[in-house]
Amino acid sequence: MSSLLEVADVSKRFQMGGILGRQEVRAVDQVSFAIAADKPEIFTIIGESGSGKTTLARMILGLERPSSGRILFRGEPVHHENKADRLKFMANVQPVFQNPFEAFNPLKRVDRYLQSTARRYLGARDKAAIEAAMDGALQKVGLSLAEIAGRFPHELSGGQLQRVAIARALIPNPPLLIADEPVSMVDASLRMAIVNLLKALRDDFGVSVIYITHDLATAYYISDRLIIMQKGRVVEMGPARTVLDAPEHPYSQLLKASVLSADDAGAGKLSPANDLLQLSNERLARADASRLEDREDGRRVRV
Amino acid sequence: MGDNILEVEALKAYYQMSYFGVNREVRAVDGITMKVKRREVYGIAGESSSGKTSFIKVLAAAIRPPLRVVSGSATYDFGGPPTDVTVATPAEIDAIRWRHLSYIMQGSMSTLNPVRRIGRIFEDFAARPLGLSGSAFRQRVVEHLGHLKLSPTVLNAYPHELSGGMRQRVTIGLATVCKPDFIIADEPTTALDVVVQKDVLSLIKNLQTEMGASIVFVTHDMSVHANIADRIGIIYAGRLVEEAPTRTLFTAPKHPYSAHLVASLPRIGDTTQRPALEGRPPSLAAPPAGCRFHPRCPLAIDKCKTEVPPLVAVGTDHRSACWRANDVEPLVPGHSRAGVAA
Ligand SMILES: Nc1ncnc2c1ncn2[C@@H]1O[C@H](COP(=O)(O)OP(=O)(O)OP(=O)(O)O)[C@@H](O)[C@H]1O
Ligand SMILES: Nc1ncnc2c1ncn2[C@@H]1O[C@H](COP(=O)(O)OP(=O)(O)OP(=O)(O)O)[C@@H](O)[C@H]1O
Ligand code: SF4
Ligand SMILES: [Mg+2]
Ligand SMILES: [Mg+2]
Repeated sequence: MSSLLEVADVSKRFQMGGILGRQEVRAVDQVSFAIAADKPEIFTIIGESGSGKTTLARMILGLERPSSGRILFRGEPVHHENKADRLKFMANVQPVFQNPFEAFNPLKRVDRYLQSTARRYLGARDKAAIEAAMDGALQKVGLSLAEIAGRFPHELSGGQLQRVAIARALIPNPPLLIADEPVSMVDASLRMAIVNLLKALRDDFGVSVIYITHDLATAYYISDRLIIMQKGRVVEMGPARTVLDAPEHPYSQLLKASVLSADDAGAGKLSPANDLLQLSNERLARADASRLEDREDGRRVRV
Repeated sequence: MGDNILEVEALKAYYQMSYFGVNREVRAVDGITMKVKRREVYGIAGESSSGKTSFIKVLAAAIRPPLRVVSGSATYDFGGPPTDVTVATPAEIDAIRWRHLSYIMQGSMSTLNPVRRIGRIFEDFAARPLGLSGSAFRQRVVEHLGHLKLSPTVLNAYPHELSGGMRQRVTIGLATVCKPDFIIADEPTTALDVVVQKDVLSLIKNLQTEMGASIVFVTHDMSVHANIADRIGIIYAGRLVEEAPTRTLFTAPKHPYSAHLVASLPRIGDTTQRPALEGRPPSLAAPPAGCRFHPRCPLAIDKCKTEVPPLVAVGTDHRSACWRANDVEPLVPGHSRAGVAA
């Protein structure tokens, strides 16, 4: 089996807070997984806020270098010094970031943004070809070039902007898409449309997707495999439905138990699952001496 | 204004622009009338780009060109003389900012000044309204951040050194540390994991009960509305199409769009394909005539194509803008088409 992506024992430490009050943050701690080249999948990362999901995504994109461990895309390191090599890599691995308001330059019209992406990756020169590529990508996300032409980011709603961000990522037809919370700002209907779009990209075009989300329901709905992270560490990983149907690690259980339900609408049930919270904290306190253990059903759990 | 802290009357706010000599008008808020009671949590939901952010920008007195209030009013009563934010002067607005009125913008986690440490940002905004300085101020901020499950070390950090969810909590902290009377929040918990989200929502809820504050908040997450809102308003294409107490809206919606919205909640364990709402979202530059939902509405009749349904009472505290409000049936989750009564 050859890998599309191989993440091997990757860690990242940051120094936070500059000279005064300097602290070391272990953002990502010995994470390993691989995505096969011949088996496109939706690989989901869920977990605590601040647990290193975005940092991991940035390292896979070659935007951040691991403190230790290695990341290979089709057998080659993702970090490229050479500009041409970097561009070739970027055509294969495209990001969709967490916050569309951040991803766009407020002073640049959004169609210009798509235009420069098309020009850069497709080498397309004539206007008609560029516009066709832009419109094609926009149509895939339920927009059109006519709708967004001439508009600045602040003139679009959050949901529109996020769809433009996905369309932009689709322009070079990459085999791997890294989507960091792509649906957190859109309505439920559109959310399903985007999630179904990711599914279709996998099924019809063989695109693998690393899907980072806080939404356990869509994670269940589309993922093949998932990992659950807490404080930089993977606490549980495996086939998505196996794990989410019956999570084993206390933190995974806590996550599932904390999902708000609409069933008691109006009752205001916001009390935390204290027993699970305590169990999860106890595990965290002795996490330094922990390791991932294999289970028969294909999952790995931190013990 | 008595029981109400905010009264919005027939509010219209449009984006008026001209591109290369062609005038364009986006009717983002098109005739909204509603009231928010003291100590009430009022949730707003609706389709992406239906005008929710535009509406609460007006409420937050953050009206900037090309957005213009075309007509109507939005008046607050904070005890002193009532303030209509659609006509208030910058000085009048400054007088209510932070202490009375605070606004958590959509995506505000990306608006933190990148070259200032979080601690400095708190000083800039909150020290004066709180009337505290030095260690007393710091102590208050640290305590407040603790409620948001943030360690005091974030005060030394620059925004880019924090994760998305940490920054989102910082902005919630900024908006709530002065304990304002009225909090306006646009998608305040989208970047949080579900455990922290629950904590943050209960903090907001506690603040609201303790301080007697009122909250208007926008989110797409219907399960958040279900658990924190007292009343919910549904916006479709720039108009309020339904408003009801939370439980009623979920169990007995009286507008086909709301019925669709509450049924579209995905659940863990559910792998059935959920079809998105048919048809395209309407253009706010050239919205459909009559009921704006008619091109996508399974209940539409001829009248809907030409006559605008008014927002009228359909029950206690319950208003709907639909010619066939009484034929709307709640949907079984998983089916997106509104059902017709037999
Ligand atoms: N450039 C940086 N400098 C210092 N610390 C950083 C930097 N980037 C991230 N961190 C820290 O690394 C940790 C992980 O952050 P990351 O953004 O990867 O989390 P996340 O899992 O994506 O969280 P969220 O769900 O809130 O988006 C956090 O403690 C954060 O403060
Ligand atoms: N500054 C602006 N100039 C022109 N049009 C704008 C501007 N801001 C928003 N719009 C348009 O106004 C409409 C309503 O946008 P708004 O941001 O209020 O929607 P929303 O309901 O908050 O959507 P979302 O849920 O996606 O955040 C959209 O069609 C949007 O493109
Ligand atoms: S007024 Fe007519 S088109 Fe509009 S929601 Fe009611 S039935 Fe549907
Ligand atoms: Mg993140
Ligand atoms: Mg919005």
